[in-house]
Amino acid sequence: MSDPFLSLKNIRKSFGPTTVVRDFNLDVGQGEFVSFLGPSGCGKTTVLRMIAGFEEPSAGQILVGGQDVTRLRPNQRNIGMVFQAYALFPNLTVAQNIAFGLRVAGVPKAEQDKRVAEMLNLIKLPQLGDRYPYQLSGGQQQRVALARALAPSPKLLLLDEPLSALDAKVRVSLREEIRAIQQRLGITTIFVTHDQEEALSISDRIAVMHQGVAEQVASPFEIYNRPSTRFVANFVGTLNVLEGVLSNEQHGIVQVAGSEIALSDKVATRKAGDRVSLALRPETVSLGEFPGQGSKLNGKIAEVSFLGSVIRVKVAVGDDIVSLDTFNKPHMPPPRVGEPAVITFNAGDVLVLQD
Amino acid sequence: MKKFWAWLALFAGLLYFALPLIGMTEFSLKMRRGEYSFDAYAKVLADPRFQETFTYSVGMAIVTILFGVFLIVPTAYWVRLKLPRLRPFIEFVTLLPLIIPAIVIVFGYIRLYNTSSWLPLTGSATGTNLLLMFGYATLAMPYMYRAVDTGLRTIDVTTLTEAAQSLGAGWFTILSRIILPNVLVAVLSGAFLTFAIVLGEFTMAALLNRPAFGPFMQLLGANRAYEPAALAVIAFGITWGCMALIQIVSRFAPKAQSQPH
Repeated sequence: MSDPFLSLKNIRKSFGPTTVVRDFNLDVGQGEFVSFLGPSGCGKTTVLRMIAGFEEPSAGQILVGGQDVTRLRPNQRNIGMVFQAYALFPNLTVAQNIAFGLRVAGVPKAEQDKRVAEMLNLIKLPQLGDRYPYQLSGGQQQRVALARALAPSPKLLLLDEPLSALDAKVRVSLREEIRAIQQRLGITTIFVTHDQEEALSISDRIAVMHQGVAEQVASPFEIYNRPSTRFVANFVGTLNVLEGVLSNEQHGIVQVAGSEIALSDKVATRKAGDRVSLALRPETVSLGEFPGQGSKLNGKIAEVSFLGSVIRVKVAVGDDIVSLDTFNKPHMPPPRVGEPAVITFNAGDVLVLQD
Repeated sequence: MKKFWAWLALFAGLLYFALPLIGMTEFSLKMRRGEYSFDAYAKVLADPRFQETFTYSVGMAIVTILFGVFLIVPTAYWVRLKLPRLRPFIEFVTLLPLIIPAIVIVFGYIRLYNTSSWLPLTGSATGTNLLLMFGYATLAMPYMYRAVDTGLRTIDVTTLTEAAQSLGAGWFTILSRIILPNVLVAVLSGAFLTFAIVLGEFTMAALLNRPAFGPFMQLLGANRAYEPAALAVIAFGITWGCMALIQIVSRFAPKAQSQPH
């Protein structure tokens, strides 16, 4: 990234003796959509609130468009924010809500009206300007909240779990709409969520957070396929973890449940005899031997769940359980619990977890 | 059978409250011998002292309400926003006027602000009016604070404040355009209660020697027969009018937005 639009430099935030964000560094490019993903209490909302100015960092610096905004008050930052709880002003109509920021900024009335009409068209609710918030559905309210945040043309858009209060169907359609609007306006956006599907589907990059630290910042593809830590691997998607022992560090041979796996990624920092945690996504594992699947492990069928088009099978490999899905084939009966089984996979799909 | 006792209890309660009022109203209409008339009311309303004291007290009530709103709304808002841990303490402080008699407060005022003190407010009519207004505001504080605090509880003060801040609003804009309009009904409830309290208050006005409606009612009661009853009915009418206004105004409250699940 040549010139970051938003820079968070060594941000730390403590509440009394508890540090909730530590050494947080992130550069976000102009027009980029970055999601903060993590479980509750990981510090993602705290970082967002520091960018907005609602919390002051205990240490570090926040730069927006090259300007240091660390000590600026929230109303001096020109940063739009959408809240989980919508936060529309109940005493104002939809149009007045959208015009609020413009009115505060002293924009002439005619210009305000023009901008409100533009925003109402943008969120596809041109006929609802005269309604009050209580007359709208949750999805409509959140659209209005988005329009209100965008109306004063902010430098940056912050979205604090804007979809978590909505039902599943609305959530999917609204997230696509948010992404489309963001791309159309080219506005730099930070999106906080604990929903990995949400983050994976709409982000340019994801910062996976854990205990106040960004464990990995990368594209959704990278995060899912090449998680850099055990936490990221476990948090994003489903993962099978196999414990093994490195028997040959030069060739990357690992002993797992009596079988040998030759890793394609060499484990340079480890030495023979070290314990190694290997991870496999369920979709990379097959039940039975297939040509082209280089690695195999022997085990026993531990559990079979019939899910209609898919059969979920859990195979016990040594002390570990490997979960995988196979398509339901009517002419082939599903495996039975207790039967011996062989699982196969490509060595290239094995992830070596860093702690 | 259970319903019978419930109705009986309700009826007994209504009689207990209504009978004295009916008796008083009936007595106020009996000024003219042998027939009902509004003579007592006409006399009271025509009395220049009634007009003077009533006008004075209404004026004082309006000033007290304005002072109360400017003091209580930002305080209750700030406590909810920034000092939530102090809420029990602030609530206790606002309840003190119910425990401390008005006579103690007014003697305290006279002692602190007499003509030989560093701030001789009692030395002028304006100064004394100011003192009386502070006294009224103190007496009305438990009701005003509770009304406003209850109003603030119905809205998400923190998120609305942050939303307004992110749109560039400062504290004055937030209070005047977002918070106050959303708690206006609660403020009006407090205002009408304040109005009723100020109109009927006797101790402070009498000891500070101001021409208020409360001392006038007492003076009339000490010297006349029918007029005090008529005056009491008028005072009740004003109080009930205030209560009715609270009910009417609350119908026009901005509805709270539907909260997410």
